[in-house]
Amino acid sequence: MSIQNNLKYTKSHEWVRLEDDGTATIGITQHAQELLGDMVFVETPNVGRKLKRGEECAVVESVKAASDVYAPISGEVIAVNPELESTPEKINQDAYSAWLFKLKPENAGELNNLLDYAGYQKILEADGD
Amino acid sequence: MLIFEHSRPGRRNYSQSPATSAEIAGIPENLMRKAPPLLPEVSEMDAVRHYTRLSQKNFSIDTQFYPLGSCTMKYNPRACNSLAMLTQFLARHPRAPESTGQGFLACMYELQEILKDVTGMAGVCLTPMAGAQGELIGISMIRAYHESRGDSARTEIIVPDAAHGTNPATAVMCGYKVVEIPTDKDGDVDMEALKAAVGPQTAGLMLTNPSTLGVFEKNVAEMSKIVHEVGGLLYYDGANLNAILGKVKPGDMGFDVIHINLHKTFSTPHGGGGPGSAPVGVAPRLLPFMPVPVVALENGLYRWLTEKEIPQSIGRLSAHMGNAGVLLRAYIYVRLLGAEGMHRVAEFAALNANYLMAELSKAGFEIAYPNRRASHEFIVTLKDLKESTGVTAMNVAKRLLDKGYHAPTIYFPLLVPECMLIEPAETESKETLDAFVAAMKEILEEAHSQPDLVKNAPHTTPVRRLDDVKAARELDLVWKQHSA
Repeated sequence: MSIQNNLKYTKSHEWVRLEDDGTATIGITQHAQELLGDMVFVETPNVGRKLKRGEECAVVESVKAASDVYAPISGEVIAVNPELESTPEKINQDAYSAWLFKLKPENAGELNNLLDYAGYQKILEADGD
Repeated sequence: MLIFEHSRPGRRNYSQSPATSAEIAGIPENLMRKAPPLLPEVSEMDAVRHYTRLSQKNFSIDTQFYPLGSCTMKYNPRACNSLAMLTQFLARHPRAPESTGQGFLACMYELQEILKDVTGMAGVCLTPMAGAQGELIGISMIRAYHESRGDSARTEIIVPDAAHGTNPATAVMCGYKVVEIPTDKDGDVDMEALKAAVGPQTAGLMLTNPSTLGVFEKNVAEMSKIVHEVGGLLYYDGANLNAILGKVKPGDMGFDVIHINLHKTFSTPHGGGGPGSAPVGVAPRLLPFMPVPVVALENGLYRWLTEKEIPQSIGRLSAHMGNAGVLLRAYIYVRLLGAEGMHRVAEFAALNANYLMAELSKAGFEIAYPNRRASHEFIVTLKDLKESTGVTAMNVAKRLLDKGYHAPTIYFPLLVPECMLIEPAETESKETLDAFVAAMKEILEEAHSQPDLVKNAPHTTPVRRLDDVKAARELDLVWKQHSA
């Protein structure tokens, strides 16, 4: 399955998972990794950086293209996935476990502005994929 | 195989060895080598065969059709090369007095004047050594202009999403924030998005026209008005100037600065990454900020202008005159063409692109912007082919190599899925274009009848598919001799 039911999504193909401790984990979707192809480099934001919703905060680079990743919600970066520096291909292997970074949300209510499973599915269908 | 791998201890090419050893007396002992340098030891015949074989493996415009979109792989006339290699040019020392280099300086001055005329600009600087450096210079001048007026609140450069990646990179290098604006369904810049994006924070807009989608921006005059009204300046990425050469001048479209890729439009060689050359043209308000040196003509003598004459110059960005040999080739090219020839370049570039687009459409390929006339290049999308056969744009590109053609640009621009950006250039004949269409048609049939043949291509090239993922992940550029 290319989309998971328990996550929130953005039009720009990020996924967000609200954890039990109130933090949010962020990655790029299976669809995004399919479009980009084999990952060769991932740049994550510095821990402690405060992000505004929609801000460019990471870069995923594949053999085809380098793409910006945008913060789905505002918040402070509390962790980045250390594995991706040496093994960016983990995103290709499983986009939903290869998270990019974790945020402490500034306002958890912002999550309600994101797409749910059905909403993201519609976006993908509109793209014709 | 590298020449080092042909090396055998003691093998020599005696006939080409220097007759005498260089005089080394006087070099301090601590600077003298203790061991000889590790050079390949091969015979003359080994060396000749090695490099001849390499040249035969090369895929070049001299051997095959090269429809690499956005790169303008046109034929490089031999006359440009042979005239630029006259001893008087080759033996000229870049630091020789101006008085002994008047012929060379005259060529440079005339090239500046011709490029001014072609682009409709007030001044041209020839020294930038590649498109990216031309862009850096152009946006640096826009920054210098705003700063000279105390206008420091301008922090943003607007870039359409169809732009070459160098545009946003340039804006960031110059300290600006990039504001990306989308493209509408016909391939033009979304004017509503542009209107919403401009304001007192706008330093400028970077536009490639015709765009990387192979279409001429219909609203370019209005765009330039919108940006100028808020006090921003307009940067013209001249990557696709071939399509409009001698027909429309970026200066007349209201642009303030442009870079021209001589290695595209003006037929200087650009295989293997260079050497490029990207003169920059400026409107009157940017003249004070031009990089140095610029060639001037005073009292019948040519001379360099430096920071003394252009005190607000953004400075020097290349040694001496930039890629002087490339500039000479471009100068000879424009003199061979003349004004009439330049018009014909644009006409035949557009004719060839539109003919090829129509023929490929007839052959069953889907055109990305079927309602638009191609400028000098166009986009085919293989999205449906991938869905029905699993054959991708990458596969078709690789199969073209088997048929003796260089592949078009693929997966760029990123806006169009499974795309091929095809640019025939004006120097190709109808027969060549027809043969290319026939090859594309064959591949389309193969994609349906024997998809694995296409998916596993190329089959006939010196190397098959290279592992570009491994190459990018484990970058290794240095050959090391195996230890025994």
